Amino acid sequence: MNKEFIKGNEAIVKGAILAGCTHYFGYPITPSSEVVHAFAQLAPKTGCTFLQAESEVAAINMVYGAAGCGVRVMTASSSPGISLKQEGISYIAAAELPCVIVDVVRSGPGLGNIFPEQSDYNQIVKGGGHGNYKCIVLAPNSAQEMCDMTIKAFDLADKYLTPVYVLTDGYVGQMMEPVTFPSEVKKVERKDWALYSDKASKHNLVCTIRMSAEEMEELNIKLQKKYAEIEKNEQQYEEVNCKDAEMVVVAYGITSRLARTAVEELREKGMKIGLFRPQAVYPFPKDRLAELANTAKVFTALELSNGQMVDDVRLTLNGKRPVEFYGRMGGVVPTHKEIVEVLSSLYKKHLA
Amino acid sequence: MSEEKTPRVEIQPELCKGCELCISQCPKKVLELGKDLNHMGYNFATYKGDGCIGCGVCFYACPEPGTIRVYKKIRGDK
Amino acid sequence: MENLDNTIGKPQSFYDTFERKPGKDKQIVHYCPGCGHGRIHKLIAEALDSLEMADETVFVSPVGCSVFGYYYFDTGNIQAAHGRAPAVGTGVARANKKGYVISYQGDGDLAAIGTAEIIHAANRGENMTVIFVNNGIYGMTGGQMAPTSLEGQKTATSPYGRDIADMGAPIRMSEIIAKLDAPVYVERVSVSDFKNINKAKKAIHTALKAQKDRKGFTFVEVLSACPEGWKLSPVDAIKRLQDVMETYYPLGQYKNELETRPTKAEPLPRPSDKDIMTALGVGDKAAIINVTDTFVKNFKEQRVRISGFGGQGVLLAGTTLGNLAMHHELAVTWLPSYGPEMRGGTANCHVMINNSVVGTPVVDKPNVLIAMNGPSLDEFENTVEAGGTIFVNSSIVDKKVKRTDVKAVYVPMTNIAEDAGIKKAANMVAVAAYLSYSKAMDLNSLIDLLKVNFKKKELVDANIKVIHAAKEYVEKNCM
Repeated sequence: MNKEFIKGNEAIVKGAILAGCTHYFGYPITPSSEVVHAFAQLAPKTGCTFLQAESEVAAINMVYGAAGCGVRVMTASSSPGISLKQEGISYIAAAELPCVIVDVVRSGPGLGNIFPEQSDYNQIVKGGGHGNYKCIVLAPNSAQEMCDMTIKAFDLADKYLTPVYVLTDGYVGQMMEPVTFPSEVKKVERKDWALYSDKASKHNLVCTIRMSAEEMEELNIKLQKKYAEIEKNEQQYEEVNCKDAEMVVVAYGITSRLARTAVEELREKGMKIGLFRPQAVYPFPKDRLAELANTAKVFTALELSNGQMVDDVRLTLNGKRPVEFYGRMGGVVPTHKEIVEVLSSLYKKHLA
Repeated sequence: MSEEKTPRVEIQPELCKGCELCISQCPKKVLELGKDLNHMGYNFATYKGDGCIGCGVCFYACPEPGTIRVYKKIRGDK
Repeated sequence: MENLDNTIGKPQSFYDTFERKPGKDKQIVHYCPGCGHGRIHKLIAEALDSLEMADETVFVSPVGCSVFGYYYFDTGNIQAAHGRAPAVGTGVARANKKGYVISYQGDGDLAAIGTAEIIHAANRGENMTVIFVNNGIYGMTGGQMAPTSLEGQKTATSPYGRDIADMGAPIRMSEIIAKLDAPVYVERVSVSDFKNINKAKKAIHTALKAQKDRKGFTFVEVLSACPEGWKLSPVDAIKRLQDVMETYYPLGQYKNELETRPTKAEPLPRPSDKDIMTALGVGDKAAIINVTDTFVKNFKEQRVRISGFGGQGVLLAGTTLGNLAMHHELAVTWLPSYGPEMRGGTANCHVMINNSVVGTPVVDKPNVLIAMNGPSLDEFENTVEAGGTIFVNSSIVDKKVKRTDVKAVYVPMTNIAEDAGIKKAANMVAVAAYLSYSKAMDLNSLIDLLKVNFKKKELVDANIKVIHAAKEYVEKNCM
């Protein structure tokens, strides 16, 4: 037995430390606080540095500083806190520094409440801060993926020199499930661009200012090339019963768990329905989704939002197939019965 | 160089922005603003040629890193 | 080569030529004629020379005229967002625990937009040196009012002069920083005349040496002229610096605890990977339960809702069940009731167990309900699937299950726990009663699990007693 029955939020922290993360700078906010608690608890025993910053803004700038020094570093927050971090994330993207940011999404806008939503999609997938940048966004739906995707997030961050989000919500964060952890701690190599406070690295520069328009455009073009590369290499998805599906439900994170049960029940009732789950929402798994449009007749996006990911579904399908949307907001999680009813009526509307 | 036995100051004319802080703060008033313009278009400070005591006031008064060098005590060069 | 030992000139900690600076003039700084920044840069570079710190130093350039600090200093360089230099510096200091950090900031950066960052970096006593350049105006942005602009001072954003009744009084940062416990050295100096420049030189040297000695946070505020922003000639600007700025902002040491302050502890070496794994509690452990393929194959999905009042341990009952299911090689999720009801009132959790994949972790139609108190039965009775089972804590709940299409099992959970000696173990009675009745998983395996999970032997023994008592009660009265 090498499994542990553990909360998703804690699986993130253990995964991070096993990924060689040594630094955490954060500010507590419900429902992400278990991440900060777990790191605070484990840091002294694992040789890690944990610091509770004075604000989200400070925390992300500490991440910028530490990332510039080549260590694997992370922070975690929840929606209003992520809004505050956006300034620093733009700088991190511009300076091409690797780091991992966990967003345990809660309900908004404003102070909202601490119930789960998926309403940060636009602010983190489509930018959020100023400038022409993107961040890789992984979207786990289980405690196991909370661990695995955190580890992957560090690897992708180092590979592409970019901030990587782990996008989750209060349900996946609070939920306990069996998790198998890796059996070794990753080694972090010296990075030739980083500042190590030594003679060999002192001519490195971590900087986001470019004085001329041409130089700034050059940086921007470099970033866009990187994003094209990411879109080519890193699309990631899971599909359940999609091959012969006439209706494909698209959902990520906790919603995909709810949808899965509903889709399986509707299959048993004879409806040709499948589930397509983006495991990364940036890059959006558009290649496979577009391919599914050759067989499926209708697509339905399920979200805990006013319809944010659905825009990517529409962009991907580009009018080829109708795209329906069903969402709940404010922290209301649809019941199983509700989802079954919604999906079966949409199925009947398009396919009966 | 070995014939020079007194302190002196060297000012790089092309690196001077003509702010006159060295001139105003020199305790011996041995610096002055020249009539000529450098490539940037500034009148630049010059050493009058004698009277420097090598105190370094002008170096610290100057906002530029490498425009002024003060020779406190001249040693004979080999 | 001429021997330069007895000359005063460009310090070594500057680059020979400023290659990062655009344009042709790579020997001069980008600052306006007569600007104080260049003077201050020289003092820093000289101190880095004499303390031999440049190789190990990371210089944090702020936003402001000194944003291009990295053009000049032959150190590591990082450039920060507006006001965030102390936070960026903190990240650097915490990553490179043996290095040094200079956070070089102007008055808008440090005393306005970055007030939180400077106060807290100072308050934590980060091992860094902050050089705070106070010229009472926003230079790079175009001559706007700074938090340190003086009363009556006309700027682009105080065109009629700073009215302190409306805009606040100029802020004295050294005095504020010195009031905090952690900073070890705080001094205000001025780069006006030679005497004061010498004091500034000494202060910067002292601050950097303190950092080298790992004494903690040092802060040097440098009053400096901005001839362009003040609309004065460089010479007149120095006069204003002396006559006006130095009057409002008194020079001197505001804090010096260098003699008494201990050196910060050396960073600990990183533990071995093995120690890290142990601390995380990950890696292979012996299996505690033998599970057959037939058991897993024949397992019937259990959708369990456990509910009670806070303090009855309903969440723990759920995680115990979840853990047990994991050890039986089953797919399982546990989800706590979410939100304000966790802080008083009823607490409840969802446990989903099956033999393949758990989709939704939300149990909105349970086939097992464990109601530990009355309100729980009221709330969830009608959600139970027909044919499901409701376990009622009859020690507390007087009423009976109204529905006739479900099985009702009444167990005096609280009494059984009390009688067995642990009043708080009603939750364990609940789990044991459920397992005894349903036979969903082997009850003995629960005991095996407890033996591994509970460290204290007395606690294990007491819980075993509770489990046996629950089993006996159920077998005698409920089957």
